[in-house]
Amino acid sequence: MKRTDLISPAVIITALLLAAFPLLANAFWLVQIGAQTFIYGIIALGLILLAGYGGMVSLAQMSVAGLAGYSMAIFGLNSAGLGLGWPLPVVIITAIILATIFGTLIGVLSVRTEGIYTIMITLAVATGFFYFTRQNYAIFNGFTGFAGIKAPVIGGYDLRNPVWFYYLCLIFAAFSYLAITHLVRSTFGVALQGVRDNARRMEALGFHVKAHRITAYAIASVLAAIGGILTVWMNDRIDPSSIGVGPAIDILIIAVIGGLGHPVGAFIGALIFTLVDNFAIDLIDRERFNTVIGAVFLFIVLFSPDGVIGWWRRLFKPGSSSARASSQ
Amino acid sequence: MSHDTRQMDRHPIGGSSFALELADVGRKFGSLVALEDISFSVRAGERRAVLGANGAGKTTLFNAITGDFPPTSGRIVFFGEDITHLAVHNRIRRGLRRTYQKSLLFGGLSVLDNLYLAVRGVMDGRFSPQRPRPDDIASTRARDLARFVHLGERADMPVGDLSHGQQRQLEIGMAMAGAPRLILLDEPAAGLSPAERTQLVEMLNGLPGHITFVIIEHDLDVALKVSDKVTVMNNGQLFREGTPDEIRNDQDVQAIYLGGGTR
Repeated sequence: MKRTDLISPAVIITALLLAAFPLLANAFWLVQIGAQTFIYGIIALGLILLAGYGGMVSLAQMSVAGLAGYSMAIFGLNSAGLGLGWPLPVVIITAIILATIFGTLIGVLSVRTEGIYTIMITLAVATGFFYFTRQNYAIFNGFTGFAGIKAPVIGGYDLRNPVWFYYLCLIFAAFSYLAITHLVRSTFGVALQGVRDNARRMEALGFHVKAHRITAYAIASVLAAIGGILTVWMNDRIDPSSIGVGPAIDILIIAVIGGLGHPVGAFIGALIFTLVDNFAIDLIDRERFNTVIGAVFLFIVLFSPDGVIGWWRRLFKPGSSSARASSQ
Repeated sequence: MSHDTRQMDRHPIGGSSFALELADVGRKFGSLVALEDISFSVRAGERRAVLGANGAGKTTLFNAITGDFPPTSGRIVFFGEDITHLAVHNRIRRGLRRTYQKSLLFGGLSVLDNLYLAVRGVMDGRFSPQRPRPDDIASTRARDLARFVHLGERADMPVGDLSHGQQRQLEIGMAMAGAPRLILLDEPAAGLSPAERTQLVEMLNGLPGHITFVIIEHDLDVALKVSDKVTVMNNGQLFREGTPDEIRNDQDVQAIYLGGGTR
């Protein structure tokens, strides 16, 4: 059985550079670029597991992240005074459990479909959840959402401090990356790729294909939940605009431009997206900066349909004919 | 191994003397009747060939037995257990295996990974988050199977790089994973060279005696060399049953299947 080392020299060098980044960067680069990249990357990592390794393109990752974020506000504290004020560890665990149940149920619903229909059904869930949060005031406080969801102080480290928040996000991103990189070469991961390549054959080998797919949704939901919690701590707030159709598609864009063929694609895509999202406005007037964003993404997808990862492989690993994940 | 010797080596296992019993099995696709009242039994350890012209319903019959397209009427009993309404994966875990007319392999994975999945599919730990180790039971069995189907030298090769004949060999290796009790072979000789067909016949006749198989095969030389009994289908119905010699000499079978002549 072919194996790939999790901790390669490239991974160690990247980790050292990222750990040293706060020595050079200001608060903007640490939070708006660094932490935001890690958060987007964690959420997109779940989509890479689903789409790249499981063949299931879900647009509901941001909805799952949103439910975790809302749970932090509803069960914890917020400036509207509507929070239940539960202890922080209980709030975090509750948020992750609720979001995972939500994401798993989306999986139960969508594994009955394939291809374009999976995209449509998860888009319907994302749209439905967006309008529900916007129109429901009893639980989600409607259009306004919640503000004042402060990042906590843990063990003397104030996570509102950009440096510590950066490290918090880096740690979660690193663990998520290593966990998924390990998982995709585990028995479960190889089986999931088998399901992606030929679900009917997997059934004929004795695998319960739906159970494998739903488990993948559950794992992706845990990642989305972590991303959702970090997002509300970073922004201090959550409202329906954070989980609309636009943000849902942003996660797909991140995964596709990074490349679905390897977990690192999530973070490469997240970095490109975050940089373009922040600096496109400097290149062109305020009214047209979305055009620059669209053009950059179009360029990448046009010249490398399998994302930046595919580009890298063609340049430096010419023997690798495909950016598919299976042989990693 | 001679025909008689193979029969003597075999013995029923699992408590029932029949590996497979079909009772009035039917399958409709809308108004199209693909299978109609198919009833026959296969003894444990028997090797059965199913013949018929294209469109006779042979592959549909296999799909009904495995549950890919469950029957719309009738019953299927596997070693004494009614499996008519079981999910596909549960039938497989009871010892039913099949190969496909068109290779359904995992093209992005290696030979060993394909065999590993086949072994894992009928073992516990299908959801294991552990990475497969070269020395674990499933990996060891996968390598043994690769050698059994003469692909030991190509174990790490991507399946997409194998020849057609090698892919058919791999299909049989995957069907041999775990503890198969009944294997359904859907045209395993299709597209093989004469030399590969000879190798296939040897491989099938060399299968352990307790393994029952049912083979769909258009190459009569292959089908009649490896089978004890033959079932002929026509237009979704059972047409004739008999020994290879009886079927070879049956005028009606020759008319519908052999085009009026023997081979």
